[in-house]
Amino acid sequence: MTLPFAIIAGLTVGSAIAAVSLRNLVHCALSLVLTFAGLAGLYLQLNAEFIGFTQILVYVGAVSILIVFAILFTRSTEPKDEPSTVTPWIGVAVAIGTFLTMAVSILGSPVSRRAAGPMGEVSVKTLGQKLMTDYVLPLEVMALLLTAAMLGAVIIAMREKEAK
Amino acid sequence: MSPLSGYLLVSAMIFCIGLAGALTRRNAIMVLIGIELMLNAANLNFIAFWRFSDTPETQTGLMFALFSIAIAAAEAAVGLALIIMIYRHFRTANVDKVEDMKG
Amino acid sequence: MAEALDQFPITLKHWLMSQASGFLPEWLLVLLSFVLSISPILAVFPLLFALTTVIERKGLGRIQNRIGPNRVGIPLTNIRLAGFGQFIADGIKSLIKEDLVPYAADKVVHFIAPITLLIPVLLTYSVLPFGRNMVPLDLPQTGLLFFFALGASTELSVFMAGWSSRNKYSLLGAMRAIAQMVSYEIPLILSSLTVVMITGTLSLTAIVENQASLHLGFIHGWNLFTPWGFVGFLLFLTAAAAEANRTPFDLPEAESEIIAGYFTEYSGFKFAIFFLAEYLGLFAMCGLGITLFLGGWLPPFKFLDFIPSWCWFLGKLCALIVLFIWLRGTLPRLRTDQLMGFAWKFLLPMTLINLVVAALWHLTGGAVPTTIRWVVGFALLAVPYWLLGRGFEASVGKRVYRYAA
Repeated sequence: MTLPFAIIAGLTVGSAIAAVSLRNLVHCALSLVLTFAGLAGLYLQLNAEFIGFTQILVYVGAVSILIVFAILFTRSTEPKDEPSTVTPWIGVAVAIGTFLTMAVSILGSPVSRRAAGPMGEVSVKTLGQKLMTDYVLPLEVMALLLTAAMLGAVIIAMREKEAK
Repeated sequence: MSPLSGYLLVSAMIFCIGLAGALTRRNAIMVLIGIELMLNAANLNFIAFWRFSDTPETQTGLMFALFSIAIAAAEAAVGLALIIMIYRHFRTANVDKVEDMKG
Repeated sequence: MAEALDQFPITLKHWLMSQASGFLPEWLLVLLSFVLSISPILAVFPLLFALTTVIERKGLGRIQNRIGPNRVGIPLTNIRLAGFGQFIADGIKSLIKEDLVPYAADKVVHFIAPITLLIPVLLTYSVLPFGRNMVPLDLPQTGLLFFFALGASTELSVFMAGWSSRNKYSLLGAMRAIAQMVSYEIPLILSSLTVVMITGTLSLTAIVENQASLHLGFIHGWNLFTPWGFVGFLLFLTAAAAEANRTPFDLPEAESEIIAGYFTEYSGFKFAIFFLAEYLGLFAMCGLGITLFLGGWLPPFKFLDFIPSWCWFLGKLCALIVLFIWLRGTLPRLRTDQLMGFAWKFLLPMTLINLVVAALWHLTGGAVPTTIRWVVGFALLAVPYWLLGRGFEASVGKRVYRYAA
């Protein structure tokens, strides 16, 4: 475990906790952005530059903007209509239980003791060529999904015509 | 602690934080934020396993993460459109108050 | 001699490093290398910003038949420097002004917003090649993606500034700015994608080196000198003006409508930081446009190679800045619906057609005579331009005045 990893991991986990626990929803969204950026940093640590920058472009540049717009449109900034929850402790207990199970299995697994092998530069060119050959069907399905999602989002959010 | 288990533990932590958020918060947007966190934790797992695999040249983990980012973006767009729609109908984004079908 | 002048910044850095290597430990040397790479950026571009503010005010003044700032010179003397002391006076003024934070503001977010705006903008400079061998951070696989990722992350700072001020004008300005930046990011990225398609790399240094080929024996093969490059550059410039909130796309800070937009509630030095970040963002966009389409640090003609490469980059940058000042003095501001319509109904289809033209250009290379490629390329771009322009004008319609004669 290196120092950069420790710093980025601490930042990511801390901001993730802030993102789900703060009262003000805009603050939650901003902490979420910090989590996304921290994850991008972790991807860079793992030599996945392309995914790291894509993460910033898509999540910090687009998804977080969607979220803050939705927060403003639904007037969720005033925390009055959120009496927290009836039984928050059940949810937290489930999450902690899940984490403990996963942590035990991760630390016990022989896979987690692998060392990172040597690696050449990850070429974006081969990534693109793979997308166009081996992964062309998933790519087409993805294109269809994105088109459908865009049309769907526009139609759902479109203001209904006033019935006269 | 080995590097891979470090990444996996961070990923597990983020996943569980997202889970806790989705389970305890009542605002629909907060539920969506929790789900986004869980998706991102899964992405981190893909990248970590890809980096520590025997054949990183095949880039399978990268591909999976790339597709998952695209799906997450589509999901966020549709989910937030739904939330805005629900808000217009019910004047609230609280998932507990949207219970017209409750018998 | 020309060679020495061209590589002067690099040799200077190496000389300083070799001087320091005698008495500094290893890790401090690495740090020193970073600092030496960063400091020219931090020195040159803010200074360029300072000079641009004066030139812009003087230029706009001339366009509007005024003189512009011409008073501030050296204090206690009669030397006026033609008004070029103005930026120092402005800087001192903004430093000593009171820093007001609104009572209802979200103090923390209000404080962070200008910082998170400035940092990504400064980071974008790290991948731009300013001259031969002069790039602070060479990312051979992801250079262009890095630039766009950081460019996209400035939108959130704009939101932070607008929302945290608890002011309706700020929020309106932020919403306008975000809607505009998100919409114009698509044509911006798509128009740069043509260059990536042709050169087959995301590395900005490789993109510049790819334009070094010669036409007719003495003209460097800038991407501008192709049908897709010419149209792509114009589309890029339009989208870049919108990304940088420059007139005619300066709705987010339209002072006649919403005071100053998202930074209405900022004063003193924080306001100066917003101002600085905005201009640095514009310069970075211009730098990217130069790198992608105008041959980066390459001279236009082979026989001009003796002029140092970084002079060419700075010269092109200054030319683009003057162009933007000229545009600001000439064009009126758009309306919000016109702005959105322009992005989605005109720029986006044009960039998509341009992508097709670039693909055709690439595939017909070598097989078809260049003249035919030129004619076909321009025809494929000019006809949609004419049709889209007509459709766009028809949709705008004749202006009807409701409350005025």
